[in-house]
Amino acid sequence: MIRVVLPYHLRTLANVGAEVTLDVEGPVSPRSILDALEARYPMLRGTIRDHVTQKRRPMLRFFACGEDWSLESPDAPLPDAVASGAEAFWVIGAIAGG
Amino acid sequence: MSSVRVLVGTRKGAFILTSDGKRQKWSVSEPLFAGWEIYHMKGSPADPNRIYASQTSSWFGQVIQRSDDGGKKWFLPGTPGGEQPKSPEGFPMGESNKFVYDESPETGKPLTTHQFYDGTQKPWVFKRVWHLEPSLTERDIVFAGVEDAALFRSTDGGTTWKELAALRGHGTGPKWAPGAGGMCLHTIVLDRSNPKRMYVGISAAGAFRTDDGGTTWKPINRGLKSPYTPDPTPEVGFCVHRMAMHPSRPNVLFMQLHQGGGILRTENAGEEWREVNGNLPTDFGFPIEVHAHEPETIYAIPTDPWTRMPPEGKLRVWRSRTGGNTWEPLTRGLPQQNCYINILREATAIDTLDQCGIYFGTTGGQVYCSPDGGDNWLAIVEHLPAVLSVEVQTLN
Repeated sequence: MIRVVLPYHLRTLANVGAEVTLDVEGPVSPRSILDALEARYPMLRGTIRDHVTQKRRPMLRFFACGEDWSLESPDAPLPDAVASGAEAFWVIGAIAGG
Repeated sequence: MSSVRVLVGTRKGAFILTSDGKRQKWSVSEPLFAGWEIYHMKGSPADPNRIYASQTSSWFGQVIQRSDDGGKKWFLPGTPGGEQPKSPEGFPMGESNKFVYDESPETGKPLTTHQFYDGTQKPWVFKRVWHLEPSLTERDIVFAGVEDAALFRSTDGGTTWKELAALRGHGTGPKWAPGAGGMCLHTIVLDRSNPKRMYVGISAAGAFRTDDGGTTWKPINRGLKSPYTPDPTPEVGFCVHRMAMHPSRPNVLFMQLHQGGGILRTENAGEEWREVNGNLPTDFGFPIEVHAHEPETIYAIPTDPWTRMPPEGKLRVWRSRTGGNTWEPLTRGLPQQNCYINILREATAIDTLDQCGIYFGTTGGQVYCSPDGGDNWLAIVEHLPAVLSVEVQTLN
């Protein structure tokens, strides 16, 4: 079971709490987690990754186990602690705006 | 008994304001989509219970929301109308909508570049929906004006979108440039007398018209001036702020242009424009509106061109009963000192009650209404987030 923490605006859009849990098949990577997230919550398609390019939106960052995964390959395997559910995969909005 | 429903989009959510036909006592809804920018909401003329909303965020992208019951319940299109917008697990079923520029060989155009502020060329990148214009006759047909500038159409109630690519592919794209708010298609004017005809306004490209339902487009900028650019009268490159038309006179349009142009009018569907600023205090502003029953009565809200604030700190709506040139300030009920807000291009509206109502919202969070054509004003609500858009539905 994978745990994913979402920012406030995406929680309200998907009507979920701060953290969601997902089943992810195969290697656990940012791409496989986001694929599973969007399959479960289709309203999130396009809000974290661009619809077409699948690139991370520029004002979002990915963190896992205290490390920044935003610039890593989307297929890079995430730590075992994320794959086991001990640690969450974090989607964080940039701290900016008013 | 007639009533009105005012749809207000703000920087941090949407609000619905309702009143009876007297428009003196108002109800204000709780915030909808709180925390998200609502660039525009508009009801379908074919079905007033059908309302579309553009929910957007620089962080999280674009979402289209829809209501089929006059704004009580909202869902992401894709959930069939009338059904509960929940999956068996209790989750919303709609998905956010794709706005993908059409580059297909069958119907699309190659994605060109456009001019950036610094004069370099940049690729087209979708950012948000500025304006939603429902069809006059079909509730499931709705047009979307987007940034970077392009026009999209949905024929299934906002579930899927297809670009009308001939506009972006007109050939002048490399000369289009962003205004201060971005390179946005913000105005869509439909012609009730000619379903094939449509006008759009783009900052900063100018005005365009199609006479064949979007298959081909023509720039209609003759008479516009950009005195601050090396070529003051180019084919495109104008920062059109807003256009408006009275449905009974579809060849007459009014425009608020950037400074250097001001208020203009055309008698021949945009073939030629002429300035009608007359005695207005400035030639800058964003909105322009036409009275619901008097095609030659128009409204503008001039602001200082450099600060975009009301001149002298006085909030004045200006009315012309002669289609321009001769203007009178309307002040009764509006602050006449220390007022330094702005009124954005989408933030005015007109109802169609016998005594025509005028509405506008401010960046200071006020929404004002005049139930008597501009003579007297009252603040419906005063402490909303900055208002981005105002639309009104007249309900019977």
